[in-house]
Amino acid sequence: MLLLGASGSGKSTLLRGLAGLLDPETGDEEGVLELDTVPVRRARSEGVQAGVARTGLLLQDPSSQTVLARCGDDVAFGCENHGVPREQIWPRVQEALDAVGFPYGLDRSTSRLSGGERQRLALAGVLALRPRLLLLDEPTAMLDPAAADGLRRTVGRVLDETGAGCVLVEHRVEPWLPHVDRVVVLAPGGGVRADGPPAEVFAVHGEELAADGVWVPGRPPGRPQRGPRTGPRLLTATGLAVARSGARRPAARDVDLGLDAGRCLAVTGPNGAGKSTLALALAGLAAPAAGRLAASDELAAGAGPLPHRWRARTLAARIGTVFQEPAHQFVAANVADELAVGPRLTGLDPTTARRRVEELLERLRLGHLAQANPFTLSGGEQRRLSVATVLATRPRLLVLDEPTFGQDGRTWAELVALLDELRGEGVGICAVTHDAELVDALADDVLRLPAGAA
Amino acid sequence: MSLPTDVLSSPTGVDTGAPLARANPSAKLAVALVLSLALVLTTDAVTAGAALVLVLLALPWCGLGPRALWRRGWVLVVAAVPAGVFTALLGVDSGAVLVGSDPVDVTTGSAAAGLALVLRLLAIGLPGVVLLSTTDPTDLADSLAQDLHLPHRFVLSALAAMRLFGVLAEEWTALGQARRARGFGEQGPLGRLRGAGGQLFALLVLAVRRATVLATAMEARGFGASTHRTWARPSRVRPGDVAVVLGGVAIAVAATAAGVAAGTWQLVLTG
Repeated sequence: MLLLGASGSGKSTLLRGLAGLLDPETGDEEGVLELDTVPVRRARSEGVQAGVARTGLLLQDPSSQTVLARCGDDVAFGCENHGVPREQIWPRVQEALDAVGFPYGLDRSTSRLSGGERQRLALAGVLALRPRLLLLDEPTAMLDPAAADGLRRTVGRVLDETGAGCVLVEHRVEPWLPHVDRVVVLAPGGGVRADGPPAEVFAVHGEELAADGVWVPGRPPGRPQRGPRTGPRLLTATGLAVARSGARRPAARDVDLGLDAGRCLAVTGPNGAGKSTLALALAGLAAPAAGRLAASDELAAGAGPLPHRWRARTLAARIGTVFQEPAHQFVAANVADELAVGPRLTGLDPTTARRRVEELLERLRLGHLAQANPFTLSGGEQRRLSVATVLATRPRLLVLDEPTFGQDGRTWAELVALLDELRGEGVGICAVTHDAELVDALADDVLRLPAGAA
Repeated sequence: MSLPTDVLSSPTGVDTGAPLARANPSAKLAVALVLSLALVLTTDAVTAGAALVLVLLALPWCGLGPRALWRRGWVLVVAAVPAGVFTALLGVDSGAVLVGSDPVDVTTGSAAAGLALVLRLLAIGLPGVVLLSTTDPTDLADSLAQDLHLPHRFVLSALAAMRLFGVLAEEWTALGQARRARGFGEQGPLGRLRGAGGQLFALLVLAVRRATVLATAMEARGFGASTHRTWARPSRVRPGDVAVVLGGVAIAVAATAAGVAAGTWQLVLTG
């Protein structure tokens, strides 16, 4: 069963509720939530006492779900909590790891796994419990297309083999359709808007769903209008190698690329190929491990050819970076101040700065949130704000790390339109992404990094 | 700036098959505690020196080579030596003046106090370094819960929280880079201090959020719902572990005896 709905309609909360994890003291509850005719919280605690897992919940962020230091122990963790006898635990662990196609032994350190491997490990931890109902909350959001595809196939096979049920929350509907036999759409204010087989639901409600930001199959959320234009070279990398901070071995090496004003380069590649590390170097936030990265006079405007040596203010006025995690970038107590920080630091006069802040609030639909704390915004709002803060200093070059991850169709379309507009204004764009649709919609050039050596 | 996650990571450069490295983690913890207790009771150099020598003699059975030991224990030396030097220079003077003039001088009394401080810090710290270097945190948690019967919810929560430290170290780096991208940095010492404050606040917000997700993931896998729990990795106390604890007690007793015999041992509170 696929659970759909606009951002903020409570899909994730419902999943946690089904898992029996909502605390009645921290929120209001109306109505009943039952599993096999037993209230969910009782179903959970009785199930654990009896050694039976009623539900197995998989969350979207792989790095926050790992509990223990060794892979085998991590998969065994749930079985131990359910009081499964020791002699049964290890066969179950091995079986679950085989089911997800995990390539390493039980003693492998969990800190050495890539995002895709971690997500498979988390799925194994859920499968080892042999849950009757799988609850998947955007399980492929952080995975590259190949890893996401593998995870979908594993889930499909497990459901076929075990006969377990599944409730899935996912923005990108299409690749999951072969495994889906029922779609339920939550209405934003509460209640259910539609419930039925996928073909029927999408035929009847397709248009309003798309307007709500659901990715309806066959209805791409919008296309850029302007396209690229030719502009001067901004940044050139020759034989560039980049390493994660503290690591000796480079995450990516021998990279040759050029970033031009008015064009968009997409950097793709599997999890762990060093895409984010490369983005940091291109953005002047990390020194290259080898090779050369040079800013043209057009971009540097008198600041020298090496971006990582620039002063922070100089950098902010020339290269804007949008991080994967928007919360990393927030420095102020409310949205309006957040936007004003950049112009103030780069020495813009207050009147122009204020006008720019108002312009951006308008352009990115953040006006009604001007006094809100950035950390309290929804995922889509945080993403728009993080892009807006970067635009406030009018950089010539924009570096974005997974700008569309976890976004619904509406925010996605807005981002694509905005980036297209900026490109038309002569801004150079470099986007690191797994999102094939984004590459398709926006990229003028594509650089594919090979799988990492690590 | 990076957080010291080295000590928390699983052992590298360590011979995990060595007799003492293989011992039950709770036994190793007991030895470290017994030795600390013996050295907290007195401040004299003879007891501390004797304990340090005996611990060093036991090192070949700990599976920790000189290089691995230095890599993990250098912080201890860096902390102990300056503390000893300052005590010698500025500590309470007694006996003949050796170097300098009052108040910055070295007397026989303050030199002895300085030396004793260095030896105590090293003798207390060394067993701790050996414990941390030769023990996987997961094994320690297993042993604490199974052998000493500490509450498993508490032990496992602490273990999971420790793993989050590594994640937070990465977050700290990312936060620093994000702030530079926004134009923060190089505003003099005061500005830098304010910046670090803001960065720390952001780290706390992220840490709370990470911890919430981790707690959800743990609860979703049945953590904390049942008082009955099985253990995939059995932890047992073997006769050898008893011998290890007795060995630790023997070192503590021998060191104290040496101090008493030399007439320098004095209970801290009565000093």
